This record gives sequence, structure tokens and C-alpha cells, in this order.
Amino acid sequence: MPEMKGFSEISKEDKERLSLTGINTESMEGRAGSFLLVNDHILHAGSNTDNVEILMIETALQKYDWLKNYMWNNVPADKDQYTKYVAEHPQRGYVIIAHKGAKTTFPLQSCMFLQGDSIQTVHNIVIAEEGSEVHLIAGCASSLKTKEGAHYGINEIYVGKNAKVTSTMIHTWGEGIEVFPRTTTTVEEGGTFLSNYVCMRPTKMVQMYPTAYLKGEGAVARFSSVIVANTGSYIDAGSRAVLQAPNTSAELTTRAITNGGTIISRGAIIAEVPKTKGHIECRGLILKDGIMHAIPEIDGRVVDVELSHEAAVGKIARDEIEYLMARGLSEDEATATIIRGFLDIKIEGLPDSLQKQIENAIDSADHGF
Amino acid sequence: MLEIDNLHVEVGELEILHGISLIIPDGQTHVLLGPNGSGKTTLLRTIMGFGSSKVTAGKIIFNGVDVTKKPIDERARLGMGIMFQRPPTVSGLKLGKFIYAAKNIDEERIPELAEKMHMTEFLNRDVNAGFSGGEIKRSEILQLLVQNPSFVMLDEPESGVDVENMALLGKAAASLLEKDVHMKIRSKSGLIITHTGYILDYLEADVGYVLIDGYLRCTGNPREILKSVKESGYKECMACRK
Repeated sequence: MPEMKGFSEISKEDKERLSLTGINTESMEGRAGSFLLVNDHILHAGSNTDNVEILMIETALQKYDWLKNYMWNNVPADKDQYTKYVAEHPQRGYVIIAHKGAKTTFPLQSCMFLQGDSIQTVHNIVIAEEGSEVHLIAGCASSLKTKEGAHYGINEIYVGKNAKVTSTMIHTWGEGIEVFPRTTTTVEEGGTFLSNYVCMRPTKMVQMYPTAYLKGEGAVARFSSVIVANTGSYIDAGSRAVLQAPNTSAELTTRAITNGGTIISRGAIIAEVPKTKGHIECRGLILKDGIMHAIPEIDGRVVDVELSHEAAVGKIARDEIEYLMARGLSEDEATATIIRGFLDIKIEGLPDSLQKQIENAIDSADHGF
Repeated sequence: MLEIDNLHVEVGELEILHGISLIIPDGQTHVLLGPNGSGKTTLLRTIMGFGSSKVTAGKIIFNGVDVTKKPIDERARLGMGIMFQRPPTVSGLKLGKFIYAAKNIDEERIPELAEKMHMTEFLNRDVNAGFSGGEIKRSEILQLLVQNPSFVMLDEPESGVDVENMALLGKAAASLLEKDVHMKIRSKSGLIITHTGYILDYLEADVGYVLIDGYLRCTGNPREILKSVKESGYKECMACRK
């Protein structure tokens, strides 16, 4: 098993913050591979799984000539000011290649850590070849000492024929950090893409709208988001699926709580061909005056598509709190229990270890409601 | 156990209960009858302390403690327990987790009680989500068995329940109320709302009341009251000013 490098340079407190994002900083146990980026320095990249490679992007480009065709292909370099900024700077990030038929039992962890006040740029590419299966956990965090900074991240994910990629991103940024991930995924015939996003900690701004293009027959995409926005946080997080082949389907699920912050929860499913299905579900709670703005969009363009959406914004039901209190729970315990339950999304097809990681992130953040 | 004195209760600024007084001694089970909308559920909810019931006058004394202004959880910790007629669904909260959080008995006994109430496979489901009428009742009784209150309130335990479930619920309710313990040393008490009286096939009640339009109209032997109501409805009770 390769040794973990790089984490020794991170303080104990910051390691604790990283562990909140699901990153194992002590050993590679329970991880199929690992990647650590601190500011603009790659401190560790390595896989301990056969047929799955984690490479630094520059190394990967030297090793595989064909990789250039995947670069800036899903996400155009001139898409917006953030992609342009990343394109103008040296490319740093990882390339994960799951070769044909490779399957990882444990997740591959990648960690983007921001120390000091700066703009961190990342460009990651994930290629899951035919029949492969990989689980990624991306922990993004900033040091407690970092007051201001930004993270621009490009993610291009290619899910091959009958391949499966699950990507779980847990954000633990700081109150002065602005984050602009730009993620696009393409899914080929029979492929599955599960994307999970958890953001429960104060962050100045998150703005993202990851998109999956379901290009091959029978491809599936599911996006699940759990978002809590405290006062001072502005989180504009959406997810979009474009159904471009028959028998493709998409589900977008969001649970969002504003505790004084702003949440713009976008969701869009565009059905371009017949025999496609999609559903958007967004449920929001307002615990303290803030903004919870749900914008679900369904866009069907041909006969024989089934698209639906439901969105609800409200408060914690008093009768549920009283029900729990009648069994002896205090009002605070009852409230926390209901919130915890509200945020609990069961994600079909997610490995237990990742489901547990999401639950841990929720448990660690529900104090103080 | 429980003493209610001249209780006046408003729900949404409308007075529903007009001066209710009753005493339930240790070890006794009392039964509350009355037509729909007479205030029976409001009385139970007021005893438990739910926010929608506002006490404007009178007192509720529980084991010598004035609980009239105490919050629900404190009453629960003092030993009150209630079976809800229509409990809310709590999404994301597993019944098993809820039960363990509310337990006042040895943890080892929980699986056996869940099995007894045929609820083992429901422990991994969200509380009340998609439960049928009978399943809700079994879940409620299981919660009470685990909470182990000294004063048990049951709101229409037989409504929406088939014959087989009725026997199961009736026996479990009897055990909640320690009906297997000799009355001289029995300490648990209860107040049960019933329309049909089926629950009385499984447990003996000591006193019955008829509640009409927010007034207790009649107090007496529960079986006699039930018989009279079954024969001539609540008309006589309405006329009765006793």
C-alpha cells in the first residue's frame, strides 16, 4: 500500500476539518486511492487499485497522448470567466482512469485544500472505461486560518458504456471563501452517474450548475444535494440533466435549509428525445429569515417524455415536534431530530461507506439548530 | 395519580372544554365517551400539554405536581404517555431510532416487544410513513410499551383496526395498564377514549364519563354507560344535566 504523503504538513485542527469532508488523512485504509492538492501544490497522487490510475494531469498528458481529446471537451475553456481563468493558468489536478472492467470497492479520495489567501485552480478529469465502476469522494476544505480565497474547479467526467461513477463532494469552506466548480459529465450507453453534494458549513459563495449529458441508450443520472446556508452564505447550486438518448432517465433531489443565508436551488431536466423520464424534487426549510428560492425547470421537446417536478418550502411542523416531545424528547432534541431526518437522503446505489460519510457530515453539522 | 380541577380550555380562541373536573386514582382506568366533536381528544391533548390547547382556567395536578403550565416533554418524563389517534409522519426518522431515543426500559427488551407488536420489520422505516391504520396503532402501542408511562392515555385505540389486530392491541393495552397485576398493588392508571367499547373486552375500566359539548354529563359504571349509549344514543346524556 503506498504511503500517504503530504498530510504531515497540515495542522491537527485542519486535519479535523478535512475529516469532516470524508478525507482519511492518516492512512490509505478504506481508500482505493488518494489525491491531495494544497493551494496549487500537489502533495500526493496515488492509487492502490489495479487498473485504476490516479495521475497528476501533466504526467497523464505525457503518458497518454489521447488524453488531450478529453481535455476541455466536456467543459469548454471559454465557457465563462472562471473556466477562462483556469485555462490561462498552469493545469493542476488529477486524472483518474478506470480501465475497462476495473471496479473499486473503496472510494478514491481527492482533497482540495486551501491554505492562505489565494485563488486555487483545479482541473480534474475522470474517465471510466467500459464496464468499470469507481466511487469518488472529493473533500474540499479551507484552513481555519484562511480568511479569504477562491476555488475554481473544472471537472470533466466521462462515464463509458455500462460504467458507473459515483461522485460525492463534501464542502467545508470558510466564511470568506468563494467557490466556482464547473462540472460536466457525459454518460454513454447503459452508464450510471450518481452525484452527491453536501454543503453544511458557512461559505461566502458557491455557484455551480453541474450538468450531465445522457448520450447513450439507457443511461441514468441522479443528483442529490444536501445544503445548509447560515447567515452570510450565498449558495447557488443546481443540477441539470440533458436526456439525449431513448430510455435515459434522471432524478434530481435536494434538501435545503436556510439558517439565515441564501439558497438558490436550481434544477433542470431537458428531454430531447422520446422514451425519456425525469423527476425533480426540492424540499426546503426556513429556520431563520433568509432566502430559499427553488427554481425547478422541466423542458420536454418531443412526444413520449415523462417529466415532473415538486418543490416545497416551509417550516418544521409543530405537530411533529410535539409528537417527539410527548415521548420525552426535549424541544431542542425533537427539533434536531426532525432536521436530521429532513436532511437524510437515501441514495440508491451508493456504497455504505459513502452513505455513512454523508450521514457523518450531517450529524456533525446539526448542532446549533 | 391525576386530578383535574375546573379546567377551561380554548382551541383557536373558542372555548371547547367548560370546567372539567375529574380524579383518576392510582391503579384505575377511566373511559371517556361522547359524540364526535364533544372535546374528548382536546381533553387528552390538554392533559399532555399540546400547544393548540390553551388552558384559560383550572388546574391539572399529576402525582401532586401542578403540571398545568409545564411543557410536554416534562409531563412525559413525569410519567404521562399518550397514544395518538392520527400521529404525524416524521420523514427521515426511523421508528427504531425513535424508540431507542424514548426508551425508559431495559434496551434488551425492545426487540422482544417489537416482535410482540409485529413491528420488527417497521423499525427500519420512517415513523408512520405509509403505515396502515392498524400499523399506526401497533406502532403507537409499541412506543408506549418502551416509554413505559405510569399514566396512559389512549385516543380511540380501536378505530380503523381489524379483529385480529384488535386482540393484539387490546392485550398490549391491558399490559400497559398492569391489568395482570392485582388491583391492590397496581399503580398504573389510564384514560381511554372509546366509541365502540371494544377495548373493554380486553381490560376492565373502573369509571366511565360522557363528555357532551365540553361538559362532563355523566359519571358512572363504564359498561352501564356504554349500554345506555348503545341503546338510546347520546340524546339522554344531552338532556341530562347531572
